[in-house]
Amino acid sequence: MSPLVKLSQVNKIYSAGEIPLQALKDIDLEVKKGEFIAIIGASGSGKSTLMNIIGLLDRPTSGSYYLENQDTSRFSQDHLAEIRNKKIGFVFQSFNLLPRTSSLDNVALPLIYAKVSSSERIKKTKKLLKELGLEEKINSRPNQLSGGQQQRVAIARALVNDPEIILADEPTGNLDSKSGAEVMSIFESLHKTGKTIVMITHEEDIAKHAKRVIRMKDGQIWTS
Amino acid sequence: MDILETTRSALTSILANRMRSFLTILGIVIGVTSIILLISLVSGLKTYITSQIEGLGSNLLIVIPGRIGGARSPGGVQANRLEYSDAANLRNRLSDQAQVSAAIQRNAALKFGNKNDKGVAIFGVEATYPKVISLNLTRGRFFKESEQQAAKKVAVIGTTVKSNLFGEGKSIGQAIDVAGLKYTVIGILGPRGAIFGIDLDNSIYIPISAAQRQFGIDRLNTIYISANSAGNVKAVQDRATALLKKRLSEDEFTVQTQEQTLSIISQVTGVLTAALGGIAAISLIVGGIGIMNIMLVSVTERTREIGLRKAVGAKPSDIRNQFLIEAIILSGLGGVIGIILGIGLSLLIGKFFTTTVPLWSVGLSFGFSMLVGVIFGVAPAIRAAKLDPIEALRHE
Ligand SMILES: Nc1ncnc2c1ncn2[C@@H]1O[C@H](COP(=O)(O)OP(=O)(O)OP(=O)(O)O)[C@@H](O)[C@H]1O
Ligand SMILES: [Mg+2]
Repeated sequence: MSPLVKLSQVNKIYSAGEIPLQALKDIDLEVKKGEFIAIIGASGSGKSTLMNIIGLLDRPTSGSYYLENQDTSRFSQDHLAEIRNKKIGFVFQSFNLLPRTSSLDNVALPLIYAKVSSSERIKKTKKLLKELGLEEKINSRPNQLSGGQQQRVAIARALVNDPEIILADEPTGNLDSKSGAEVMSIFESLHKTGKTIVMITHEEDIAKHAKRVIRMKDGQIWTS
Repeated sequence: MDILETTRSALTSILANRMRSFLTILGIVIGVTSIILLISLVSGLKTYITSQIEGLGSNLLIVIPGRIGGARSPGGVQANRLEYSDAANLRNRLSDQAQVSAAIQRNAALKFGNKNDKGVAIFGVEATYPKVISLNLTRGRFFKESEQQAAKKVAVIGTTVKSNLFGEGKSIGQAIDVAGLKYTVIGILGPRGAIFGIDLDNSIYIPISAAQRQFGIDRLNTIYISANSAGNVKAVQDRATALLKKRLSEDEFTVQTQEQTLSIISQVTGVLTAALGGIAAISLIVGGIGIMNIMLVSVTERTREIGLRKAVGAKPSDIRNQFLIEAIILSGLGGVIGIILGIGLSLLIGKFFTTTVPLWSVGLSFGFSMLVGVIFGVAPAIRAAKLDPIEALRHE
């Protein structure tokens, strides 16, 4: 079976500063469908940069990225937005929920851009929030939720459009160990249902939950 | 993302910042309110003047000194060569088709006992005047041809003059002091109202012969001609023009029909509407700049939100539409509030002056405020649409 994600010789160079900064160096990476991967590495090693490229938020300076056998370098802005909407679910360290907006509306946001009807949106969103134990927090706003609850709302938002791949950038970074463990158990059960997950972390303990660990240093992959 | 969802999310964000949204649209509110109000005043004025002129009868023609549209200003002192003999000539020659009355006007102070009435319009007219222009006499009578021939000092007074000089007391038969000479009151006119602060009832009518003698005037302000039938108006105008031309040159007089007078008024009010509306429209543009300012602030404030929306699948056009619609809703809301305020104020002022709010002014000002929203919303919306998602998500 061909890989879901295939990066070949990917480089990312930031040339905004005085000296150009090579954030990624000759990255080769394949992610197969259903894999649960942890990317671990020191601060500044290029983990987020790599994830942004996989998530189509950013483009490599050179090298190729095939997603489901399609060359992403040829995608238009609108097509990229559509892929992010349908095939990719992001989970961020700082949750990134819309303020003053209910859990329901936060989770339903990707469905709005997918032009899903209002009744269908509410149905899907409620079901997901229920599965994640947030039944009672459907109408709560982010400032009325604990960190763990906010991250679960964010995971629901990442899942709501049934994406091919979940990309999580330090999802437990802002959480206490108990909430962090909750999040990890959600990821483990998602993995069991066959979801593909790529997760960035600083902590070996968290990385242990993944089935494959990729180590990064100075923009390069060391072990895979 | 469809228009309905975009509108819903724009409304949510407008309502989340109620106070700021209100202050943002204040400029538009003021602009639209003043457009509605000014147009309602001007068109009220036009309606009023038109009804006054039409009230004089559509068969009326007026002869005024000078040429309208000519080099010299109409009624200008040097230009005025219109004499009583011209009016007399017209009356004799047009007697089969029209009634004629010459008129002069002065302002003077009136006295009765210890009561004063200042700035009264004194009209010197002929005994034929009531046949030319309909006057509503509530008491007494108008002066006769014989009284006019003899330059009798008699006066028909307006209601303001009556109440200022006599109050509830008897007025007919009393002698009032008109700029130093005594006139006997013989009739009282019904009320006619005021126009822009000018009280039409603060006036008296006296024989033109007496007025000319007292004030030493030998030129006329106006000759009124009333055609016997509507079908005659044009013929009377042509004949009067031909008759006057025998003695006067073409630019020393104008014979004007009611229709022509009304068209001049509608030209004048049109210019007035455009000028005042234009000034008010400037405040709409200022209001638009206010909206642009706040939208730019809003884009900066919501940079993270924009980044997140892009990450979950918003296209640049979705983001652009969201901010554009927000700007349009803001300006449209300002427009609606302005229209309501403008109509309300115009109704209030309508208690003192005639005001009418034409439908087109409502449509125009609403359309214009929406347009301002589009024009000034575009730049912030495009800025939002162009934001790089990663940088936006990193924004503090
Ligand atoms: N927009 C940018 N412009 C310039 N340099 C950048 C930019 N984004 C990232 N970098 C640099 O690229 C390198 C990799 O950054 P990246 O964010 O991928 O690291 P990271 O591994 O995610 O670190 P952390 O664990 O602290 O999140 C860093 O040296 C960073 O300073
Ligand atoms: Mg990072």
